Amino acid sequence: MVQLLRRRKTEEAPSEAPETSLSPGTRVIDAVPIPPGDPLETALLSTGAPLELASVEFESEALQTMRERGVELIVPLIGQGELLGALYLGPRLSDQPYSTDDRHLLGSLASQVAPAMKVAQLVREQQAEAKERERIQQELQVAALIQQTLLPKELPAIPGWHVDAFYRPARAVGGDFYDFINLEDGRLGVVIGDVTDKGVPAALVMATCRSMLRAAAQRHNSPSAVLADVNEALVPEIPPAMFVTCLYAIIDTNEGEIVLANAGHNLPYVRSSGGVVELRATGMPLGLMPGMPYDERTYRLERGDVMVLTSDGITEAHNVEGEMYGFGRLKGRVAIRPSNDDMVAALVGDLESFTGADAEQEDDITLVVVRRTASAKESAETFRSGDAEVLARFSVPSEEGNERIAITKVSEAVGHLGLEEARLERLKTAVGETVMNAIEHGNENRAEIPVEIEVRATAASVSVRVSDQGGDKVIPEAETPDIEAKLAGEQTPRGWGLFLIGQMVDEIKTESNDKIHTVELVMNREGVS
Amino acid sequence: MDDGFGARVSWGDDGGVVHLTGTVNRLAKDGLESAYEEATSKPGRVLIDFGEVDYINSTGIAVIVGVLARARAEGREVGAFGLSDHYREVFQITRLADFMAIYEDEDAASAAR
Repeated sequence: MVQLLRRRKTEEAPSEAPETSLSPGTRVIDAVPIPPGDPLETALLSTGAPLELASVEFESEALQTMRERGVELIVPLIGQGELLGALYLGPRLSDQPYSTDDRHLLGSLASQVAPAMKVAQLVREQQAEAKERERIQQELQVAALIQQTLLPKELPAIPGWHVDAFYRPARAVGGDFYDFINLEDGRLGVVIGDVTDKGVPAALVMATCRSMLRAAAQRHNSPSAVLADVNEALVPEIPPAMFVTCLYAIIDTNEGEIVLANAGHNLPYVRSSGGVVELRATGMPLGLMPGMPYDERTYRLERGDVMVLTSDGITEAHNVEGEMYGFGRLKGRVAIRPSNDDMVAALVGDLESFTGADAEQEDDITLVVVRRTASAKESAETFRSGDAEVLARFSVPSEEGNERIAITKVSEAVGHLGLEEARLERLKTAVGETVMNAIEHGNENRAEIPVEIEVRATAASVSVRVSDQGGDKVIPEAETPDIEAKLAGEQTPRGWGLFLIGQMVDEIKTESNDKIHTVELVMNREGVS
Repeated sequence: MDDGFGARVSWGDDGGVVHLTGTVNRLAKDGLESAYEEATSKPGRVLIDFGEVDYINSTGIAVIVGVLARARAEGREVGAFGLSDHYREVFQITRLADFMAIYEDEDAASAAR
């Protein structure tokens, strides 16, 4: 005759009446939920004691239903001022009214049951929260994986051009992406985009959009036609309330001419000898409406000019005072020629000094920088003149074992140089150890932070630059490991990495700022083996 | 990318031969140590066959140093064969070669007894 009603959260499915074996003559009263704010709730909370329905002077829907179901007594279960549930009792089997003793007994029972119920409720809530956290975490990992798998693994190495990119996901992984598409006749397609929304849905839209862009880029020679084409294809596919901002530029790497179209993305800046200009071309974001036209803008990059493409994760970043980084500051920073012409490091450094190094990143940050370093004629002569030519640029996620990927790629990049076998093997070992250090010490095995690798060659030497984000860390000097002490157990068996690197290559150069640490391994192409 | 690590013990005329395969790095520690234990379950020297090893890094060298330290404490002779020219050079540079005899192949190791 007693039905215990656990107060449940609205999203929980109603529990079915418990199957109990009942004595003859007893029946189960179906639970009647007490809606929040019902006068009965107030009455039960204020008295905290068993309540006989016969003595209740107000009326409510819940009360009405209870009477219909034969409830005579309600015993509230109260924990920390909250109505956790109630015991509903029908008439006594003896048909006698509930006595004072009965009510005391029931009240005492309730006072013991309530804390247990509260604990059970908290445990259930914590379990549900933990499960939800785990689900979100997994979803973020999937999204990050999709995104990082689809971002370019290597930067284009084009004589006379320096192309650089930076991508750092926010914790909640936004939908930023960039891409490089090799086109005919020495042209390069450059894409930067941002999917509204975050997580797996944004990552899937990004993947779709990337494929559509790659396909359209092969069909059309004009960036506006490419964006219009992708827009038509995307509109029926994209989930409601999602869209993609995207800028697509085609660079004629022989002539330096850039043609671009823009679907609502941040405007690109170009720094030239005449100052900084915005390359404005209008167009609606992709996926919103069919039949959208896209403007085109043409600009010619001269030697030394640099074009900077950004995502709104930079311009909309806030500092501790709540100020936004903004286009003005970005433009002002682009106007300054950075040391080593490293615009990516300069902009990321400036953004970090603005937001504070420890600030949690609000959105994905993406940067693509295209700099014309020489005319086509000059770049053809570069190699002969002894200046370094970039053979490969790529990155690997900071995960144990990825030094093998770096070794293979460096080996491929220098393959045509005819490096003596023994020297090539030494370079490979040095690269492997340096990348391992970058993964483990510089980037602390955080897969989302890439180790950047650049391979350069001159007529005299090959150099491999390995950069991590441990610029603020103190790098120990390479010492000669004492093998006797190690064999005697007086020293750890480890500690071979830096020593090996030093033995393998002809020269090691290091540089650090407060963010980036770079080790440059130099191997002479001919020399003493 | 990682070819994994394998260690198998066979028996030569004068002791156990530990045949290694794949990648010798930090993760090879348990495998190499248990192979060493098996190879030292009988008297004689221990030979390590690097013929099927395609990659050794500094953490792998540390694992080998660990095994050599143990062999030294136990008075057990250790030799190696099957190393590529490059890793032979690495073993010389790190002076591992001062504490384990390096042979061209298993026959050369046997002939050296």
